[in-house]
Amino acid sequence: MASVIRIPTPLRRVTNGQETVDVNGTTVGEGLDDLEARFPGVKERIIDPQGELHRFVNIYINGEDVRFLEGLATALSEGDEISIVPAVAGG
Amino acid sequence: MTTMTRPFTPEQLMRYSRHIIMPQVGGIGQRKLLDAKVLLIGAGGLGSPAALYLAAAGVGTLGIVDFDVVDFSNLQRQILHGTGDVGRPKVDSAKETLNEINPDVNVVTHNLHLTSENIMEVIGDYEIVVDGSDNFATRYLVNDACFLANKTNVHGAIFLFDGQATVFKPGEGCYRCLYPTPPPPGMVPSCAEAGVFGVLPGIIGSIQAVEAIKLILGVGDPLINRLLLFDALEMEFRQVKLRRDANCPLCGDHPTVTELIDYEVFCGSA
Repeated sequence: MASVIRIPTPLRRVTNGQETVDVNGTTVGEGLDDLEARFPGVKERIIDPQGELHRFVNIYINGEDVRFLEGLATALSEGDEISIVPAVAGG
Repeated sequence: MTTMTRPFTPEQLMRYSRHIIMPQVGGIGQRKLLDAKVLLIGAGGLGSPAALYLAAAGVGTLGIVDFDVVDFSNLQRQILHGTGDVGRPKVDSAKETLNEINPDVNVVTHNLHLTSENIMEVIGDYEIVVDGSDNFATRYLVNDACFLANKTNVHGAIFLFDGQATVFKPGEGCYRCLYPTPPPPGMVPSCAEAGVFGVLPGIIGSIQAVEAIKLILGVGDPLINRLLLFDALEMEFRQVKLRRDANCPLCGDHPTVTELIDYEVFCGSA
């Protein structure tokens, strides 16, 4: 199933400048695996070595924070929009 | 004297006429603005446009916290300050600029480094805090202090071409609900290391001013429980939901953070 991942500007260095990437997968975790397969190195910026989401990076499906759903196991549907939103502190 | 018994001066009637004729503001709303006390954390990229618009709108008391001095590298975006201000304390430069725009505004300068020891005293007199700080330690400090002191925190943050804005109302979610822990040092470069698009804080800081004024007037829908995301490169605004986390150590059901902590240690920047 195809979903679209929106890439924040700090991660676009890894995605050759692409702001959106179409990925396949039935869960958020699988979608991120597909993103990693296309752009190696991107996943470690989102997932910690224990396989959990970094707590300073949020992932939203259609505007809902997956931490309040089922995390990386949250199911994806065709056309879902996944947003990666890292904490930023600049002022 | 009560709100209704203090008339506007003829100059004030002219200065604020474009607000006073709007039904959402009116004379009563303008008086609320003149009686309001707002604290700006940082007189930098975000604090500059926020302060300029809040002063122009006639927010009566504007506190500004900053311990820094103006540097040439600030001038690409920090529009409170000019070339002649380089080397001056930012709060002094800011006060001069704001007084020139609107002498009605009492600008209170706090030329200090915010810490767990002094923040409660600094924010005590203000009703709304506008966070335009530039590091994670200060953001968590401001967040926790605002919750503990029951102040609404109008939050803005920027990096590269991306901006974020939201309003944390105590009990309806906080920065720890949004991001439970900061990134480890070195994981996320600072604006000084990676850069920031100069106009970006103009957009986000102005949004913070909008939200602060809406809160003072009690009009519209504040950005509570919503995180506004701005992408300047794609010129897109989006919103995601922000919820109070029942497990939040600060504002959750079983809080473990009940007083201010050492934020330099928490953020690994000590």
